[in-house]
Amino acid sequence: MAVVYEKTKLLTDKPLHYCPGCTHGIIHRLVAEALDELGVQDKTIGVAPVGCAVFAYDYFNCDMMEAAHGRAPAVATGCKRVNPNNVVFTYQGDGDLASIGAAEITHAATRGENITVIFVNNAIYGMTGGQMAPTTLPGQVTTTSPYGRDTNHCGYPIRVSEMLATLDGPAYIARVSVHDVKHIMEAKKAIKKAFQLQIEGKGFTMVEVLSSCPTNWGMTPQEALKWLQENMIPQYPLGVKKEKEAE
Amino acid sequence: MGQKMLMKGNEAIAEAAIQAGCRFFFGYPITPQNQIPEYMSKRMPKVEGGCFLQAESEVAAINMVYGAAGAGARVMTSSSSPGISLKQEGISYIVGAELPCVIVNMVRGGPGLGSIQPAQSDYYQSTRGGGHGDYRMLVLAPSSVQEAVELTQQAFDLADKYRNPVLVMGDGLIGQMMEPVEMPEYVKPELPEKTWAATGWKPGCGRERAVINSLYIDPSVLEQHNRKLFAKYAVMEREECRWQEEMTDDADFVIVAYGTTARIARSAMRKLRDKGIKAGLIRPITLWPFPNAPIQKAAEHAKAFLTVEMSMGQMVDDVRLAVNGKKPVEFYGRTGGIVPTVREIVEQIENMAKEAK
Ligand SMILES: Cc1ncc(C[n+]2csc(CCOP(=O)(O)OP(=O)(O)O)c2C)c(N)n1
Ligand code: SF4
Repeated sequence: MAVVYEKTKLLTDKPLHYCPGCTHGIIHRLVAEALDELGVQDKTIGVAPVGCAVFAYDYFNCDMMEAAHGRAPAVATGCKRVNPNNVVFTYQGDGDLASIGAAEITHAATRGENITVIFVNNAIYGMTGGQMAPTTLPGQVTTTSPYGRDTNHCGYPIRVSEMLATLDGPAYIARVSVHDVKHIMEAKKAIKKAFQLQIEGKGFTMVEVLSSCPTNWGMTPQEALKWLQENMIPQYPLGVKKEKEAE
Repeated sequence: MGQKMLMKGNEAIAEAAIQAGCRFFFGYPITPQNQIPEYMSKRMPKVEGGCFLQAESEVAAINMVYGAAGAGARVMTSSSSPGISLKQEGISYIVGAELPCVIVNMVRGGPGLGSIQPAQSDYYQSTRGGGHGDYRMLVLAPSSVQEAVELTQQAFDLADKYRNPVLVMGDGLIGQMMEPVEMPEYVKPELPEKTWAATGWKPGCGRERAVINSLYIDPSVLEQHNRKLFAKYAVMEREECRWQEEMTDDADFVIVAYGTTARIARSAMRKLRDKGIKAGLIRPITLWPFPNAPIQKAAEHAKAFLTVEMSMGQMVDDVRLAVNGKKPVEFYGRTGGIVPTVREIVEQIENMAKEAK
């Protein structure tokens, strides 16, 4: 019998702890498959964040490090500088990357650090129970913006990909989404490309993945995917934001 | 032993680290330790496999140290008080994940931005862990440039031996002072292999998958982990405690001082001996573990102790714990970046001698 689908060996057998319908699980699989297809399991070091993905070190079947909140790009830098032949990636939420870790991601990007960042943007702090993130949409209700995010009071969401794309360091920055199959396939392509460029030594690569948090958005998984498509994509347009010309 | 060279403390520490096989340095500028990153930036690119990287902050620097140590490298960072405060979160993670590294603190006056002059006011922070959680670090306090070189090299071995960060704590003076030094020929002792490092893994490669981590979500597992850490600290307390004693055998008055202050205290002790007052000196070299033994021994016969520090009195607590009420423990300190003088210490002991009569 032909094998139609197999679980990638880059994921362990540990059951994921994510909420039902959370798209963190899909993104894990895309990252794992990309690394598997590139045949780099024995070279890969992943850096887990503080956030819902904190246990990523239990799921990715490769050497892993767990970083302090927001510091994954600095940890990845130290690791990559020691063994430049390793394929090093961070997996970070939007609170982790765009708020407390804004300095670390910016400087890793501008240094052209030869690492890959998987940036999971779900417009909210998932793990701590749904507080406002720097990426929370104007008007969006969270547990610390109970009347909706008031931009006069606490400013506007950060478009991290566009911001980092203004720097000269990055080799590749793209924003993708996982709200339907078509977009999941495109997300996979972008992730694989980012790793491929790292393997070729091209420099900093980041894929921002728009992701759902049905639990803290207070929606069913289906409603959450629809909300993502209708509200997040207009605020965070998909596409390649930066691609260094091949030298 | 190499030749004698005239070197600044900070530069000597940097060279000593390279000689001891340190190939990765991550730092951020702050006075009075700038000669360490500057020296590293000059030397590392000329050393095979060497990497100096100026981080965007002390926070980033210590997390780069975490990543490099987690990948199995010998790695160092240095800073001064305000920067060391910023590193505390990272140091706590490094301890939790049991990673070896060397951290240098050239202490300056505080609190806040304080001053750029030498101080010893980070003693509590250094010897009680510093960051959050239950932990200790080995703290080595050189009192000369030569000793700074030797302790820096030993720091790397101790860090690897215990899989724990080691803090070399100097003060502005130790860092800025020029003294003749001999760079010892570094011989690496037998150390356990870093089979735990994250360097790339696949099934059947001969080791377990590496997970560099300080998260133990199950309280009973975390308690077990902390007990394991403290079992290491118990060994350090037994085996790594270092100090220097001078003229304590017959001393009536024992001065306890470390680092730069110990040099001044030594001169004061000699002056006092000339004047017929039996003074002695105990100089802790490890601030943690604290050398209780020589202090307890001296408490048997001495009349009183004087702790001298460039702070409002921090190590004096440890001296009092060691003396345990047996004898009076006095304190003399200057703070804010002011260094106590020989005369001031002599006067303190003379007053104590008068009172004791
Ligand atoms: C220094 C520090 N501050 C705060 C926290 C608490 N904390 C844990 S996870 C988190 C937010 C995570 O949100 P995000 O990065 O968006 O990831 P998500 O959980 O949504 O995947 C915070 C604030 C922490 N662990 N450490
Ligand atoms: S809280 Fe949100 S982001 Fe976290 S696992 Fe649940 S659904 Fe996913």
